[in-house]
Formats: sequence, C-alpha cells, structure tokens
Amino acid sequence: MAVTDVRPRPVAPPPRAPIPPLRHGFLSLVDTRWSPYLFIAPFFVIFAIFGLFPLAYTGWVSLHEWDLGGAGAFIGLDNYTTLFGDPDFWNAVVNTLGMLVLATVPQLLLAMVLASLLNQKLRGLTLLRMGVVLPIVTSVAAVGIVFSQIFDRDAGMVNGILGLFDVAPIDWRADKWSSWTAIATMVNWRWTGYNALIYLAAMQSIPRELYEAATVDGASKVRQFRSITVPMIRPSIIFTVIVSTIAGMQLFTEPLIFGQGGYAISGGSLRQFQTLSMYMFEKAFRDFDYGYGSAVAWMIFLLITLLAVVNFLVTRRGN
Amino acid sequence: MRRSQPLLHLTLLAAIALSAFPLYWLFVVATRTNDVVGDWPPPLVPGGNLGDNVSRLFSTEDAHFLLGLVNSAFASVTVTMAVVFFSSLAGFAFAKLKFRGRNGLLLVILGTMMIPVQMGIIPLYMIMVELGWQNRMQAVIVPSLVSAFGVFLMRQYAERAIPDELIEAAKVDGCSTFRIFWTIVLPALRPGAAVLGLFTFMGTWNEFLWPLAVLESDNPTVQFSLSQLSTTYYTDYTLMFAGALVATVPLLLVFIAFGRQIIGGIMEGAVKA
Repeated sequence: MAVTDVRPRPVAPPPRAPIPPLRHGFLSLVDTRWSPYLFIAPFFVIFAIFGLFPLAYTGWVSLHEWDLGGAGAFIGLDNYTTLFGDPDFWNAVVNTLGMLVLATVPQLLLAMVLASLLNQKLRGLTLLRMGVVLPIVTSVAAVGIVFSQIFDRDAGMVNGILGLFDVAPIDWRADKWSSWTAIATMVNWRWTGYNALIYLAAMQSIPRELYEAATVDGASKVRQFRSITVPMIRPSIIFTVIVSTIAGMQLFTEPLIFGQGGYAISGGSLRQFQTLSMYMFEKAFRDFDYGYGSAVAWMIFLLITLLAVVNFLVTRRGN
Repeated sequence: MRRSQPLLHLTLLAAIALSAFPLYWLFVVATRTNDVVGDWPPPLVPGGNLGDNVSRLFSTEDAHFLLGLVNSAFASVTVTMAVVFFSSLAGFAFAKLKFRGRNGLLLVILGTMMIPVQMGIIPLYMIMVELGWQNRMQAVIVPSLVSAFGVFLMRQYAERAIPDELIEAAKVDGCSTFRIFWTIVLPALRPGAAVLGLFTFMGTWNEFLWPLAVLESDNPTVQFSLSQLSTTYYTDYTLMFAGALVATVPLLLVFIAFGRQIIGGIMEGAVKA
C-alpha cells in the first residue's frame, strides 16, 4: 500500500457557518411555516364573512317566510313555486335577456371591427386607444343621466335628430322595445371600447406571417379576418362573451336611472324595463320580503351559471 | 393598406367622437341654464353657468351631494389601499412561498371570481343590521377590502416580476418573510399594483346597488346622491348634469394621469385571459 495520498491535510477544520442561536432558528421556522397562511388570511377571513356566507345564507333565507321581523316559518320551496307562477318575475327575465342581447351582440361586433381598425400601423395609436376607452372612466350614474336626457321624449336629442327625417317623436320610456334600445345604447356606448382593446391585444399576438401567407394565396381581407383573425382570438371572444353576459344579467344602475320618478325601481309604470336585479331589490328592500327576494337572487345566480356554460359551449363549438 | 390610411383615420376619429360626445354634452349642459335644454338645434358650445349650477348642486339640501362626494372619496381611497395591500400580500404568498394546500386554496379564490357578490346582498344587509352598521360607511367599505381578482392579478404579476434568488438571498441574510415582502416584493410589484389600484378606485367610486341597499339618503355615496337628484329633480337638467359632471371629474383625472397604465392593464389582462 504505497503512500500516494498527497492531499494536503487540513490543518484546522474549515470555519463553519455560525450556528444561529436556537431561539432565532425557532422563530424563523415559525415564520417560514406560518407566514404564508397569515398572508392569505385577510382575504379568506373577510371573504368568508362578507362574500361566501351571505351567498349560502341567501339559499337558506329563500326557504323561509322572512321579513323585517326576521325568520318566519320554514316553507321549503314555496317561494320558488310562487316565483314560477309570478308574471312579474318572468317579465323581468324577458326584459333582462332582451336587453342582454341588445347590449351584448352589437357591442362585441363593433368592438371586433374597431379592434381590427386599430390593429394597423397608425400614427397616434396611444391617443386613439385612450379615446376609445374613454367611456369606461365615467361615473355610471352620470351615464344614466346623460342618456336619459338624450332619449327624453320632449327635450331629447335622439328625437330631435329623428325629427329631421320626419319621424314622430318616440316616447322612449313607454314601450319595451324603445326602452330596451335606449338602455342597451348606454351599455354599448360604455363597454365597446373596452372590449375592442381586449380583442386588439389578442390580435397583436397573431403572427404576421399567417396574413402574409394568406395574401400570397390570394385570400381577401374579409376572408383573412374570418379564417385567421377570428379563430386566433377565440379565447378572448369567449372571455368577453362570458363577462358581458354576467354583467348583463346584473344590469341595474342604467335602467334604474333611466326610469325617473316614482316608478324607478319597477322599471316604468308597466315594468317595461325592470331587470331581475331591480325586481330582487324591489322585493327585498322596498317590500321587505327577504325570503322572496332571496329566491329571486338564487334564480339570477342559476341563470348566470346556465348562460355562462351555454355561452362557453357555443363559443367553443362555433368555427 | 397605405392608400386607405386617411379613410381609416377618419373612421377611427368618428368612432372616438361618438365615444367622447356624451361626455362633452355632459359638460355643455352643466354649463348652461335650464331654459336652453330641449332647444333644437341643441346648444353645442359651453355656456357660462357652471359655477352657478355647481353651487346650486352643493346647496340642494336633501341631495347631500357634498357628503356623498366625501363618502365616496373616503371609501374609494380606503378600499383601494386595502385591496392593493392585501392582494399583494396574498399574491406574493401564492406565487413565491411554498405551503400546504396552496393550489387548492388558489383554486377556491379563482372559483369565487365567478360568483356575483351582489347575489348575497340580502344576508349581507342582515349582517350589517346585526353589526349596527346600517347607514354607516363601514358597511360599504369593509366587505370590499379584499378582492379575488386582485389576488389573482398580483399573483400573476409576482410570478414574473420577482426572481426566486432574490427571496432566497434575503432569507439567508435573516430577513423575516414580512420584511422581505415589505422591502423587496412590494416595490417590485408597483406597476401591477398601480393597475389594480386604478381599477379598484373606479369600481368603488361607481358602486351603486349595495350603497343603495345599506345606506339612507341622508348619508349617500356620490352615485346614490346622483340617483336621488335624477328621481327628485328631473326637470332641473342643469343641476343633474352638474352633479354628473362633478361625479365624473375624479375618474377623468385618474384617467388623464394614468391612461397608459389603464390601457396596458386592460390589454395585458386580456392576453392572459
């Protein structure tokens, strides 16, 4: 056994990292283990009390006769049975869906057109974009007030313009179709630019080569839009459809302010533009029928879920 | 493409004129007197009556407009600060700290984003009655102090903006986790926090249904006060328009100051969605 080991022997043990005092180690262990939970705790505590619990409790309340005096008798699904035979409820369902369609379809189509216009090499792009999203930075109630005036029967600008074409003044608040149109106009005005920006962002991530190749193949602009742009931004389309649907199902401020005077919460004297949210509010906070109002709330929730699922399936299958 | 540019610009300018017109009209009517409202052709240039209309607005006693403005400003600032702070804290934890149940809890948060919170307003109202917070601003502020959307957004941001090595290094140096958050993470999250803050501010300023449910007309928020104006004084257009203008100005100021970030935020959120 030759002595070939020429490795230098350590004269002294290498200096070890100073051992932190035990208390510090313990504290830092506690810190590592528990601080993540402490960091997320505020969200969960506040959300549990003021978000989740009320939602579940709404279901419980809806199974009772419940008014200002508190919980009355447990009546099972009676509120829901009443609801299904309640013409005012179905009226609100129809109104909400009607305005939802009038406020979502044009909004998203226009947004698509606007986005493809903005998706060009343009000067002053930032300014153009700011102009397009300007409507979302307005106060909602202010929008309601301005458009109420614009659609006023006697003093309104829309009737003034129609008058130039010899159209008799329209009482925008009087009928379903006219009031829905006016209210949908406010929503469309406010959100078109926002959706356009979302589409624009998606369009900008489409590789240019796709269009170049299509041009070489002789595809027209319209064809390119249909066969390249739309499929490529489909995730954004799904996103905007679902978000607009959820918002549309909760429509409240615009119709409430549009319906000036004493009939505001019932959406006109004949409930011609009362939405589901307004009906829930009317039942719970004007008639103090909390049980019935809660049943309406749950129906809105179920409808939103249903529509979101349907939307998702349809948008995904389309194309 | 080059040839169609003037037409393109013209179309876009028309679209922008359309989106800006109601705001301009708001300003015009707010500066006029009531007798010109409803004239045809409508007045399209501002008048000199703004000061008068605004002072009438603030002295309309039962509208409590000034109080509404103060209440909304207070609520918006408080809620914005809290949402940004709590969302950064939780977003940092979800993005950079390892702990049991992390993925499950994150899923719960994502799930709650789908629930429209207003569906629970009836029990929420009952809670407020129990707490004695009816007609008090706590009722508007406290439920909004956290935001699932905010946590999600800040988590996305923290994942990209903060290198793991930085946190490791700070840990080796003996920093407590909160100290790491406060001195390293929070400053790095600032751009994301700005976007979240802007949207939270606008959202709180615009909140309407819940304040209408829990507050009384003698202690309104600004939107509530506006709705009072429009149901009570709807023949007094210039008064209502002055109110609508004053309620919009803070949002416009925010937009003028942070327009680029707002646009960036919308577009960035869109790509991820």
